Amino acid sequence: MSEDNKNQTGTPKPEEVGRGEEAKAQAEGLPRVEEPTSESRPVEENATPAVQVPAPQADQPPVTVNEDESKEAKAKAAAEARAARAAAREAAKKAAEGGDAGGADAPPKAPSPKQPVLDHFVHVLKENLGDAAVLEAWINEKDDHLPCVLLEAGLIAKAAELLNGHPELKLTYLRNLAGSDMESHMEVIYHILRLEDMQEYCIKVKTDRNAPTVPSVTPIWNAADWNEREVYDLLGIDFPGHPNLTRIMMPDDWVGHPLRKDYEPLDPEV
Amino acid sequence: MADLLRNEMTLGNFTIFLLLAVVMLLLVLGFVTYAIYFERKVIGWMQLRIGPNRTGPLGLLQSVADVLKLLLKEDTIPAKADRTLFILAPVITFVPSFAVLVAIPYTNWGYFANMNVGVLYYAALSSISTIGVVLGGWASNNKYALLGGMRSAAQMISYEIPLVISMTGIIMVSGTMNIRDIVLNQDGGFWHWNFIPQIIGFVVFIIAAVSELNRTPFDLPEAESELVAGYHVEYSGFRFAFFMLAEYVYVFAIAALTTAMFLGGWHSPLPFLDFVPGIVWFLLKFSSVVFFLFWLRATMPRVRVDQLMGFGWKVLLPLSLVNIFVSALYIELFLR
Amino acid sequence: MAIRTEELLLNVGPQHPSTHGVFRVIVKLDGEVIKEAIPVMGYLHRGTEKLAENLNYTQIIPYTDRLDYVSAMTNNYVLVNTVEKMMQLEIPEKAQFLRLIVMELQRVASHLVWWGTYLLDIGAMSPFLYAFRDREMIINFFNELCGARLTYNYMRVGGVKWDAPEGWIQKIREFVPYMKSKLEEYHTLVSGNEIFLARIKGVGKYDAETAINYGLSGANLRCTGIDYDVRKKDPYCIYDRFEFDVPTHTGGDCYARYLIRMEEISQSLRILEQALEQYPEEGETMGKVPRVLRVPEGELYSSIESPRGEIGCYIISKGKDKPYRLKFKRPSFVNLQILPKLLVGETMTNLITILGGIDIVVGEVDA
Repeated sequence: MSEDNKNQTGTPKPEEVGRGEEAKAQAEGLPRVEEPTSESRPVEENATPAVQVPAPQADQPPVTVNEDESKEAKAKAAAEARAARAAAREAAKKAAEGGDAGGADAPPKAPSPKQPVLDHFVHVLKENLGDAAVLEAWINEKDDHLPCVLLEAGLIAKAAELLNGHPELKLTYLRNLAGSDMESHMEVIYHILRLEDMQEYCIKVKTDRNAPTVPSVTPIWNAADWNEREVYDLLGIDFPGHPNLTRIMMPDDWVGHPLRKDYEPLDPEV
Repeated sequence: MADLLRNEMTLGNFTIFLLLAVVMLLLVLGFVTYAIYFERKVIGWMQLRIGPNRTGPLGLLQSVADVLKLLLKEDTIPAKADRTLFILAPVITFVPSFAVLVAIPYTNWGYFANMNVGVLYYAALSSISTIGVVLGGWASNNKYALLGGMRSAAQMISYEIPLVISMTGIIMVSGTMNIRDIVLNQDGGFWHWNFIPQIIGFVVFIIAAVSELNRTPFDLPEAESELVAGYHVEYSGFRFAFFMLAEYVYVFAIAALTTAMFLGGWHSPLPFLDFVPGIVWFLLKFSSVVFFLFWLRATMPRVRVDQLMGFGWKVLLPLSLVNIFVSALYIELFLR
Repeated sequence: MAIRTEELLLNVGPQHPSTHGVFRVIVKLDGEVIKEAIPVMGYLHRGTEKLAENLNYTQIIPYTDRLDYVSAMTNNYVLVNTVEKMMQLEIPEKAQFLRLIVMELQRVASHLVWWGTYLLDIGAMSPFLYAFRDREMIINFFNELCGARLTYNYMRVGGVKWDAPEGWIQKIREFVPYMKSKLEEYHTLVSGNEIFLARIKGVGKYDAETAINYGLSGANLRCTGIDYDVRKKDPYCIYDRFEFDVPTHTGGDCYARYLIRMEEISQSLRILEQALEQYPEEGETMGKVPRVLRVPEGELYSSIESPRGEIGCYIISKGKDKPYRLKFKRPSFVNLQILPKLLVGETMTNLITILGGIDIVVGEVDA
């Protein structure tokens, strides 16, 4: 999932988007094979193509075209779009395995200006925590070329200590701590910042969905305290090492973790 | 009045005294009603809004409506509260407030008692109300009320001392504790009034008086935003009205006392204005003191408890002692 | 014989005039001194993040209004900004200007609310009414602009929903000097008051390291001398075109925070002046945006400076028109973490002073 962070189809220009989006929408209006969503609203997804279709038909030849022909054309366009997306994903995967943002086979992209920053960061982490610590590293272009790293879950506390006290990196400000249920696993995302020059880094950790546990970084960055409690409360990820891991938003005797994708609310109408 | 007091106590005289006391009580209650109304109006004007203006013409019946509401409310007593003390507390707070009014002379002929120890009587009785406040806080069986009651006891005791000592300066200069005689000594123009030679005493007295009244900036016992009404949080209906009544009757008493002791009582500020009856001057001075109290409430933030105690003991008390010293010097140099 | 004392367990809130919403602090008291304070929240948790997973982006905008309801425009903007960055949309000039004007007016209004309620907690009743009189003028501007007084639902992905009505800009041009003179008055009334200063100075002090470690932002961080304002450090909208200062102070106590927020009002007025001068009368209020907003796959965290601190929005998108995961980094939530630490050893009265100085809105704490 995290490999797909990169731009697959390049920057869509606003005028073109309408048409391209339509084709995609058409494709997805058909029986969905790709993304199994556990959202309980399939009705809305199917409804979207119906909303879109009438819209920018103004410049296309209207009703005179045969129904079947237009359907064929649409199916073709849909198939092309799907093929293009599949190809792009392949290319992206290859580029990701190369560990380099500017993969040679992928659509030509200039190497990111923050690539050296990312490399240095990865180097520091690997040097102190071992080569197996950093599972992946990439640049998130849209987010101002943010260097992102996927870390081994068990090492996050040590990494936090390292980064907090590192004389050069000085990553003392924890900007955001978020948890996410990715259906096959759970993720915790940390955004840390160096205040002197506003260089930000993103660290992700993945953990197993059945017994999710990530060492707590609260002893190092106190800003994580209630954020981790919220993640525990709403997603069920355990943070060993946290001084007071109790529910924060839900009542203390609540059962279940509401933000999970498979959460059954008490009142199904809600 | 004086000749009535000199006669022996027959049934007729007793009835007259009783009726006069009832009239006074009604006057004081009327004052309280309209003091509340004017406080809301004045504070409203200072806050760029109009105060009450719906009930009755110009909102004049607002306090009447409020009192009626309080009378008709359910009389709740918390389950685990100490019933006797709970019921007794408002009474203990209110009775001294009314009882001190007897010592103050209003005009040349309008006084209820010509006590030789008027000031002492006033200071002694006004301290009894503190007991009522503490009792109310304790008997409510509520932590907030208890905190409020404790704070109030500490505050009222600490500020009683500068209050009385600042009055001692006047007693020394006038040579008497009889309030009527103190007023008579301020005859002439406003330069004879006691607030000029006793300026330090006047300032200390005003500050201590505001604190005794539990009004902003010293309204910790009722700090609304912290203790949610402090010692009278569990009181509702008429018992609550008693506490409020006691507070406003004390406003009346303190304002009257200030007028009598520092501002020349019923005397006019300039000798040639003597034709204006004394009661008018008394009322004018009295109203300006009451207005000053309302003005303070609209403007000042609240003082913190430890700062309050520090201020009372470390600033006001030494100042009032300095006042006594200066008064003694003044007597020695100018009045002998 | 020693006196037997007991620790008093006091509940401040959730219904309390001064906790700024439904927020509860369980306080262990020894006399008047606090031994331990445990904040309890969640009374206003409405599941915004979970609800957002079933709504498309335009539908989430009204939900953002209700997070920090005192400062709704900035909340709208943080969501819209994140989506726009992910879709890499161009926003027209006029929309940018309208957004900036509206956000700075919102900052003034929010700080006025803070000022009025803070002084009310401290015991002065009148500044509350003066502050709300001025805020009423700002709210009326917003009412004319987008039809609502508190929850505006004004920004859209790609621009703003409504154009400024006739004469609206002129009214704001008249408002700015009026507000400046009022700010002078407020300083005269309150900032020199002895009682007020005695209540505030030295209360709730912390140093820069603690502030950074706790992840504080906004005036809470700048009161320790650290010059971190997202508008300057990581400019968004068109803030980099305007000249303004970021007030900082080295006191680290409630007084420093007070001064900084008052100064922020005057800096906002400065930005407004410049923006109103350069305001383009002609222009589009909405950029070229697809009818159905499908955000390409990816994730993004973007943050802006709200009156309470740094508010951030983190979106994980799977290419659909609804976010897969939407997380708000709420400044009040993060800033409040320092409360238990600051309260140890303080008196009950100072609890209210410190809590007011952190400037929280419970809608944001609970989300």
